[in-house]
Amino acid sequence: MGERHMVQAARSGSIDTVTIALIGNPNTGKSTLFSALCGVHQHTGNYPGVTVERKTGDFRWGDRSIELIDLPGTYSLAPRSPDEMITVDVLLGRQKGTAPPRSVLCIVDASNLERNLYLVSQVLELGLPTVVALNMMDVAAARGITIDAGELARRLRIPVVPIQANRRRGLDDLKTALASGTRGLVEHSVPAFPAPFEQAVTELASRSAAISGQEPPRFLVQRLLLDTTVYLSESGMPGINGVLANDLQQARERLATAGCAVPGVEAISRYNWVGEVLKGVVSRSNESRVTASDRIDRLLTHRYYGTAFFVATMALMFQLVYLIAEPANGLLDAAKSWLASVVGGMLAEGPLRSLLVTGVIEGVGSVLVFLPQIFVLFFCIAVLEDCGYMARAAYLMDRLMFRIGLNGKSFIPLLSSFACAIPGIMATRVIENRRDRLVTMLVAPLMSCSARMPIYSLLIATFIPERVWLRVFGLRGLVWFAAYAVGSCTAIVVAMLLKRTLLRGDTPPFVMELPSYKYPEWRVVLLRMGQRGWEFVRRAGTLILAVSILVWAAAYYPHRESDIPGEWRARHAQIQAALDDASGLSETDRAAFSEELSHLDRQIQGEYLRRSWLGMAGRGLEPFVKPLGWDWRIGCAVVASFPAREVVVATLGVIYNLGTETSDQDEQLHAALRNATWEDSGKPVFGIPVALSLIVFFALCAQCGSTLVVMRRETGSWRWPIFTFTYMTSLAYFGAFLSYQIACWCGW
Amino acid sequence: MNAGEMSVGEQASVVRVTGDDAISCRLMEMGIVPATELELIGMAPWGDPLEFAIRGYRLSLRRAEAARIEIVAK
Repeated sequence: MGERHMVQAARSGSIDTVTIALIGNPNTGKSTLFSALCGVHQHTGNYPGVTVERKTGDFRWGDRSIELIDLPGTYSLAPRSPDEMITVDVLLGRQKGTAPPRSVLCIVDASNLERNLYLVSQVLELGLPTVVALNMMDVAAARGITIDAGELARRLRIPVVPIQANRRRGLDDLKTALASGTRGLVEHSVPAFPAPFEQAVTELASRSAAISGQEPPRFLVQRLLLDTTVYLSESGMPGINGVLANDLQQARERLATAGCAVPGVEAISRYNWVGEVLKGVVSRSNESRVTASDRIDRLLTHRYYGTAFFVATMALMFQLVYLIAEPANGLLDAAKSWLASVVGGMLAEGPLRSLLVTGVIEGVGSVLVFLPQIFVLFFCIAVLEDCGYMARAAYLMDRLMFRIGLNGKSFIPLLSSFACAIPGIMATRVIENRRDRLVTMLVAPLMSCSARMPIYSLLIATFIPERVWLRVFGLRGLVWFAAYAVGSCTAIVVAMLLKRTLLRGDTPPFVMELPSYKYPEWRVVLLRMGQRGWEFVRRAGTLILAVSILVWAAAYYPHRESDIPGEWRARHAQIQAALDDASGLSETDRAAFSEELSHLDRQIQGEYLRRSWLGMAGRGLEPFVKPLGWDWRIGCAVVASFPAREVVVATLGVIYNLGTETSDQDEQLHAALRNATWEDSGKPVFGIPVALSLIVFFALCAQCGSTLVVMRRETGSWRWPIFTFTYMTSLAYFGAFLSYQIACWCGW
Repeated sequence: MNAGEMSVGEQASVVRVTGDDAISCRLMEMGIVPATELELIGMAPWGDPLEFAIRGYRLSLRRAEAARIEIVAK
């Protein structure tokens, strides 16, 4: 067999490190097994050009060091997209940057052997030494299914090891089988395809070898013949060209007349083989086919109870986010301020202090402040995934999401984005179809996340008068609602547009397994939460820090003392001297001086900002933001809030001379905003129209560096985050423009 | 008759899956081949998608996808 020689020849590296690929159907406990084998020795990354996560881990067994490649869960090795091709390429040793696997560990669900063996039958054809891990023996036993693992091993002619990954049972046997199973090749039992089919594969392989000069792996030739979706023939695989495409067509026609038409012949042959292999190996003792999981399912997917339960679960998830995350956020915020004051107190006034306090601590703080809720959301999502409810949520919501061109699996990611887009975007990994996954990611930041709350809260409390109709409908509440609705409705429209233009394609199948319910595995849940959270900190933290420092520098420099009016500086020195000279000052005088000093400090700080590069940019920007009703100061604050949108509140505080310790509750800021005037005409800057235009802008803009970084990581390129930033900023600009003009026209 | 026309609780045997695109391939990979037995065990709140029991597990299909499965009722 050609591919065997190829794989053997491609083997390299030291004798002691063995690379093994881990593969299995979704919902077989593959991640649990991976974690049980590798513990915390895991590394994640991306394969180039695709959105598939590359996950490897390692463990030692005896004198061997084993590197395990965790391949994405799949039902079949038939590649129909670049993402699915990765799995095949890794297994065949064709993936650059990944060592060719010496053997394959295939995990199967003992309670669902028939369908799981379909994938096993494909893996066996690769010709690599294979070990089958028979997981969830307990679930099978509870359903009255008994499996003769020894007989199964004899029939497949490979080691079959019963395990219980969640209880860590059978792992030593499995490791022993893995360590010894890589020593020699075994002739596996492989499914018999009808003779005309095998003959057609052989012919095509030699034709291809004659054309390209090298024999392609038989497995790929077989896949090529079976692939009626034209993905493979158009994927630029070596040895595939026009002549072969013609041969392929003729071969298919011959097979159709011979009664084994592709693609049906594959599934029929394989399931026949599975039936033969399992005859006498699996026996069912009780014929009661209704399991506890089924009874739960009848209730949880029920038209009324199921929907009610779903709504309650989602409400509970958000309650948890606010219940746990709010106090934790408060603590983090307090810690940030404390650290800023300690560091500020230790250093003398100057660029270094400013860099550390406003650049580093604020910048890192703006990422960390969202950690508690990101962790809570990751926790909830991991629980929903692990107990089997995630698939039901997709099932319940599919009809709704189908109307906007997506599928049910997009619902939870989009809903999570109302708390924070980052876990939302990372949760899109469950969506197999690349286009659907991209659309979901691209519209997720339009959901009003909790970072928008301080902005909405500040603007609404300051400018929207409270009016109440019919005792319950308040104007302020209505504006809050409108702010959320603007984002969500825009997301729906954008999703529909993207599905009709840029990401147009066939409706992907919604053929989804509904796994049995089970108690969540806390170890898996916590590990998954920790990994995803840490990944976010690592990826977003560094870039946000860099961007924060850049924004800080733009707002700090050139910092020329000569820009500050002489009389301010003189007065400042005068008061400072009076305060330092402690004698002869009454308590009231001292208090009055301190008050004046801090007022002057804020004025000077504000003046520095106005004359900084950022301030100059803001002035340059004024013609562009004037149609939105903004003066240059608002423009400045909006530009400065690029790394994290909630920063705009603090920046507005600095620009209006209130110091950096500005929270949205601050009455002073409310007053300062109300009293702000245009520098040329002296008319008030803010009013309802400007407030509305700012609210709409922040509802639609992509001012969140972390989201863009995470999107870059999940899509594998900067293309999509740049696209998202561009489309959202344009929408935000025109949305703000429209709301300002309409509000003015209405005379509000 | 096709699997999209079944009523809840009804059992049937697969005759064949029509079409040769990605959706039909996926249906067959999931174990829907001639002579497979299936049972419709539920529907989502808006009547779509459908939940089937096949080969000892639960599979959700949209009505349009189920319509590709030709069946004979039992």
